[in-house]
Amino acid sequence: MTQSKPKTEQIKKEAIALRTEILRMLNKAGSGHPGGSLSMVEILLGLFDYALKYDPKNPEWEGRDRLILSKGHGCPALYAILALRGYFPLKELATLRKLGSRLQGHPQRGLPGVEIVSGSLGQGVSVAHGMALGERLNGKDTRIWCICGDGEMQEGQVWETAMSAAHYKLDHFHVIVDANGVQQNGPVKNVMNIEPLAQKWEAFGWKAFEIDGHDIELILGTYEKMMQVKGQPTVLIARTVKGKGVSFMAGNHKWHGVAPNDDELEKALAEVGKGI
Amino acid sequence: MGDAATAKTSVAKSKKPTRDGFGEGLRELGNLRPEVVAVSGDLGDSTRAKWFGDEHPERFFEVGIAEQNLVSTAAGLALTGKIPFANSFSAFITGRAWEQIRISVCYMDANVKIVGSHGGLSVGPDGATAEALEDIAAMRILPRMTVIVPCDAEQARAATLALGDHVGPAYLRCGRAPVPVLTNPETEFEIGKARLAREGEDLTLVACGVTVYFALLAAEVLSREGIEARVLDMHTIKPLDTKALAAAAEETGALLSVEEHTIHGGLGGAIAEWLAQNANVPFKIMGVPDKFGQSGEFEELVEVYGLGPDSIAKEARKICARKG
Repeated sequence: MTQSKPKTEQIKKEAIALRTEILRMLNKAGSGHPGGSLSMVEILLGLFDYALKYDPKNPEWEGRDRLILSKGHGCPALYAILALRGYFPLKELATLRKLGSRLQGHPQRGLPGVEIVSGSLGQGVSVAHGMALGERLNGKDTRIWCICGDGEMQEGQVWETAMSAAHYKLDHFHVIVDANGVQQNGPVKNVMNIEPLAQKWEAFGWKAFEIDGHDIELILGTYEKMMQVKGQPTVLIARTVKGKGVSFMAGNHKWHGVAPNDDELEKALAEVGKGI
Repeated sequence: MGDAATAKTSVAKSKKPTRDGFGEGLRELGNLRPEVVAVSGDLGDSTRAKWFGDEHPERFFEVGIAEQNLVSTAAGLALTGKIPFANSFSAFITGRAWEQIRISVCYMDANVKIVGSHGGLSVGPDGATAEALEDIAAMRILPRMTVIVPCDAEQARAATLALGDHVGPAYLRCGRAPVPVLTNPETEFEIGKARLAREGEDLTLVACGVTVYFALLAAEVLSREGIEARVLDMHTIKPLDTKALAAAAEETGALLSVEEHTIHGGLGGAIAEWLAQNANVPFKIMGVPDKFGQSGEFEELVEVYGLGPDSIAKEARKICARKG
């Protein structure tokens, strides 16, 4: 748990380590979702280095905040940061998607640090909303952080939740949209346009922020602002690049759900190591 | 209901909808346990969850006409230590939000109680869109799910209280139409244990919900002809009381199931699955044919779909004739 703002340089190094683990585990698994995992690296680091209250030694600590990954297919990124922070051994990342592994293809409960089952898009944001209602009723100052995808905004359930969270004035409920602009079958704007996203959330009664989702200074500053808002839930539209850090994956929907082979891994790791 | 109607007073005195039993049970449970919360989708008045909400407004969450969010929100509440009762009409909560029940509730093993009111034909004049005739099947096929269909308001109350102690996903089906009260507060209720509603050695009528009453009326008609029917109130469809079924198969040699649900995948389907692998006795499933419902008074619909006591008695005679 960290509450003072970390150094930008330190987070940039962590981003390289995180992307490296994501690519390695996907290569080892032979399947999975690199694009949407790589795009949310800085979003996660901002949480784990600054905004989130957590304790890897005591994953069920009552005072913890809740991190909900609604875009469940991005779980390699979540698994990697949990392992890097000591929730479970780093070597367990090699079991991703293997029979009997705690690292299922989409998150399930039972792996320390994983709060919910996700992978059926739209449901995680509602579960997070229920947690926000429950913890407020419990009298706790717990914050609920929920990471969604921008393609996921096409699910009607998301907007049912948006309505309700504003109705209940859940100012300890924060949604982060990893807006990488690309979904499985192409650019989000071509498949089914969901823009203007920030205005939509504002219209539903939320306080919306919109930033470059790879700029760590901006991310930290925005999380700070989100935690200061009173009387309404907050959403961050984090504009990111799908497959960030690897030139041949960046912005390419073909890399939504395909793992790199050994040659591709080598090229990808060389690029990621430069921290571009 | 012909001959059977004359037998009515011997098995029941008053009438009350099972949804009222749920409402009373939830209010009572809410006073006993602070963890109990309710999540409603604009139908809390109809489901009777509002009776709890009136006493505990801070624990009553109205999410509007949004069943998907309703169910997943209940799962989130369960993860913070609450015991949520997610309620709506049976048709909507088990249909519109089926996948939310599958993933957010069952796969996650969240301690959520799904309560569907207006189950079966009891919605009457509102017609097919709100008549849940597939809900038992839809809930029964989900891993970890417990499925309960109470026979009367008192049993619905008992089931609601029992669900307060039960850990894990469950579905409770209630109805709108007033139905005869067959049990009383002293009647034993245990999830997964069928109630022996009538002794008999010649065949067993296995029923759930209001059809337990119809089965009892049919048994009285049959008794006058010298056929003694056992009546099992199989209020829990899952887990099925296979002990009671095994005894019924062995001791009575024939089974007839009756339910206010399509003939596919409900109580009859559950019994058929068990019978095919465990016993070899004549068996028939009575229920609504493979059709959608329609508008009509509850009693009219029961007759149209052949679920009344006379129809049951008729099938019972045929089953007895098939016994070896």
